[in-house]
Amino acid sequence: MKQIVIISGKGGTGKTSITAALAGAGPHKVLADCDVDAADLHLILSPEINLKEKFHSGFTATIDLDKCIQCGQCREHCRFDAISPEFTVIREKCEGCGACEFVCPSEAATMQDRMCGYQFVSNTRFGTMVHAALGIGEENSGKLVTSVRREAKAIAEAEKAKFVLVDGSPGIGCPVIASLADIDICILVAEPTVSAIHDLKRVHELAGHFKTPCMCILNKCGINPALEQELEQYCAANSIVLLGKFQYDLDFTKAQLHRQTVVEYDPEKFGPIIDGIWNEINQYFRQMEE
Amino acid sequence: MQIAIASGKGGTGKTTVATNLAAYFSRTGMDVSLIDCDVEEPNAHFFLTPQWKDEKKETVPVPRIDHDKCLGEECRKCIELCRFNALIWMVDAVLEFPELCHGCGLCTIACPASAIEESTRSLGISRVGQKDSISLYSGLLRIGEAMAPPLIKKVKQRALTEHPAPDVRLIDCPPGATCPVVEALEGSDAAILVTEPTPFGLHDLRIAVELLRKMEVPFGVVINRAGMGDDRVHDYLKEENIALLGELPHSMEAASSYSEGKLLIEQVPGYEKVISQIAQNIQNMAKSTR
Ligand code: SF4
Ligand code: SF4
Repeated sequence: MKQIVIISGKGGTGKTSITAALAGAGPHKVLADCDVDAADLHLILSPEINLKEKFHSGFTATIDLDKCIQCGQCREHCRFDAISPEFTVIREKCEGCGACEFVCPSEAATMQDRMCGYQFVSNTRFGTMVHAALGIGEENSGKLVTSVRREAKAIAEAEKAKFVLVDGSPGIGCPVIASLADIDICILVAEPTVSAIHDLKRVHELAGHFKTPCMCILNKCGINPALEQELEQYCAANSIVLLGKFQYDLDFTKAQLHRQTVVEYDPEKFGPIIDGIWNEINQYFRQMEE
Repeated sequence: MQIAIASGKGGTGKTTVATNLAAYFSRTGMDVSLIDCDVEEPNAHFFLTPQWKDEKKETVPVPRIDHDKCLGEECRKCIELCRFNALIWMVDAVLEFPELCHGCGLCTIACPASAIEESTRSLGISRVGQKDSISLYSGLLRIGEAMAPPLIKKVKQRALTEHPAPDVRLIDCPPGATCPVVEALEGSDAAILVTEPTPFGLHDLRIAVELLRKMEVPFGVVINRAGMGDDRVHDYLKEENIALLGELPHSMEAASSYSEGKLLIEQVPGYEKVISQIAQNIQNMAKSTR
């Protein structure tokens, strides 16, 4: 079983639409939506939830105002400004370090497990999917990403699936780092804009840290031919296999409006491109095995 | 006046709105401070092309154990207390894992032998640039650094101290509705949520709305790429009684001007009017809450 992650560095490049299209074709796979910050894959895949679990990670402080003697020790030692002048804990700012608990002379501050959101295992028309919903204002948790991936991997092994297809997170911080760990190939979705190229290079550098082989899909071709060429050159220069190209196309939005993948929306136009991408991927793994 | 520009996810045009507003306010003679809080993928400078003036390395405190003072095996207090596993017992000494450290300082205050000094871990850089009457503050997270919120905090703090009283302060929030956004939203008089008229756009908008209502920041919505999807977002705004601040029409011209990192108000006819209307509406909203 191999794990593939799809990332883009920058949001809005069409990563989720492309992940959904790849989900709808190719070999038997388990899907993992690790874009936990703005999980959208379910809008296309309409999952039927089989299992819903609370996700706990880290701690939050609570202060028992009956016990609190308002000495101010906790406020003074909290480096995250998480304690209000009224000695209540500002949940969004609390890192759960326990400094307040440690310094409080009257045992008013205690640490509690932190419920950060939910994790789901669902059926979709393309196979099993593991996904999550992070609570509003919660930490953009790499731990939740790790948990979703662990579950997806276990299910893939049980189902004897060939792949786990991971819709990764944006950015280069904690959630992406968690998306990249232990991955066999990383597919970068790029668009020909100045800012997306910059972000792509940063995330490619990050993937380099993990020694993850990278491949690339170009989206929104046609809006800027010069930058498109720059992207192709960047891929060539860095031995990033170019898996396929999509033109800038309102059909991506139209498919979304119909809760369909682009291949379902227009099989003749998009089917061959997606099949081509899967062929390349399969070929890569065959070569690796030899 | 402080105005935050947020969106549930990346790629909706948040930076487009923030940079064009900054340029517009600057044209009307205002002293503008723009803080790009997307330290993972900062993009505002592509559109504003500022002259960078000053770049600073930013760090977080991490512990360094003085092994001569450390009481060793029988103590291990710091290891027991650290909730992030940043300190472990290795054979015969306390070993630091600075990458896991949240910089809370608990180990330092807890050590009975004063054996812990503080060293630093690099977060990346903060920098300031100038373009006309716009001061642009931004950060760049070091590749491999997992924690973005501390750097966001530094960039914001830096902007607040170095430029404490601009006529208008604009905050380009990171994508999502998680803790970095909470950090960025703090202290704002009003917020602009940027969305797209698509199912993904609406889904993420709902999450952002929930966050802003929770934080009690007054807000309105800007629809970017209007005309590309359907009316769901409009219907939702009506139902929820949310102000529509303006709509930036979808066009190939806008897409390609964005791809080159150009400002819409300079490049594409008709956009200046929309931006000025958004500026008026949000100023009124911010004033009415004061
Ligand atoms: S708390 Fe201080 S003395 Fe105790 S193990 Fe840690 S560094 Fe050593
Ligand atoms: S500063 Fe806090 S997070 Fe860092 S090692 Fe000490 S206790 Fe752990």
